[in-house]
Amino acid sequence: MRSLNRENTAYVEYVKQKDPKTKVLKTLIIAFCVGGFICMVGQVFRDILQSSFPDLDPDVLSGLVTAIMIFLGATLTGLGLYDDIGKFAGAGSIIPITGFANSVVSPAMEYRTEGVVYGIESKMFVIAGPIIVSGVVSSALVGLIYWIISLF
Amino acid sequence: MILEFLKVFLVGGTICAIGQLLLDYTKLTSARILVLFLLIGVVLQALNLYQPIVDFGGSGATVPIVGFGYLLAKGAMEGAKIGFLEALTGGLSAAAVGLTAAIVFGYLNALIFRSRTKKQ
Repeated sequence: MRSLNRENTAYVEYVKQKDPKTKVLKTLIIAFCVGGFICMVGQVFRDILQSSFPDLDPDVLSGLVTAIMIFLGATLTGLGLYDDIGKFAGAGSIIPITGFANSVVSPAMEYRTEGVVYGIESKMFVIAGPIIVSGVVSSALVGLIYWIISLF
Repeated sequence: MILEFLKVFLVGGTICAIGQLLLDYTKLTSARILVLFLLIGVVLQALNLYQPIVDFGGSGATVPIVGFGYLLAKGAMEGAKIGFLEALTGGLSAAAVGLTAAIVFGYLNALIFRSRTKKQ
């Protein structure tokens, strides 16, 4: 086992030596382009909604666009296509809100065999849970600070 | 129109490229990066620094997870103008559409689709 580990680290070092810097640059450019493209898709939906319903409140508009993007991310994950994008796009597919949808659907599908409650309903928050908790706690803190400031 | 899309592409792409740099050069996992980016969005908006980025980049700033943090902080800040309870719940109220969509669509997709065999 020990010799196996040693071989492994030697191999990792070897790969690091051989691995050219261009690969990092390549993944960086792909992440930039895929991430930028997903945001442009969101902007297309925003523009379509805005021109169809000019009276729409900007916050409602943002909410609708977010819901559409999450629907797309969830459905593409369900069809197994989002993981294929993620393989080459890296952060370009993780950082947009579609990646958040992917982080909900992916574990829910994977653990579905463990049942509805302990499989789907609990495992869907494996990654989304920490995001929601840190988001709610930090926003409550921001609200509290702003409320205290408003008292003076 | 073209300029607008260029701005969206540049802002969204830059945010994702920063995430990719963190993936490549630090030991942060993707879940930690998501939490980190969300918190960055909350803090930036709390300091009123993210609104200008949203005004410039549109969906390029709101579609990445940083925009979700922005939405949470913005909701809390607007709630604070109304009252104490609204200050605490404003963030979650603003994020309710996104969270409901994620949970409902996530649940439905998990029921409809079967996971493909994982190629490890």
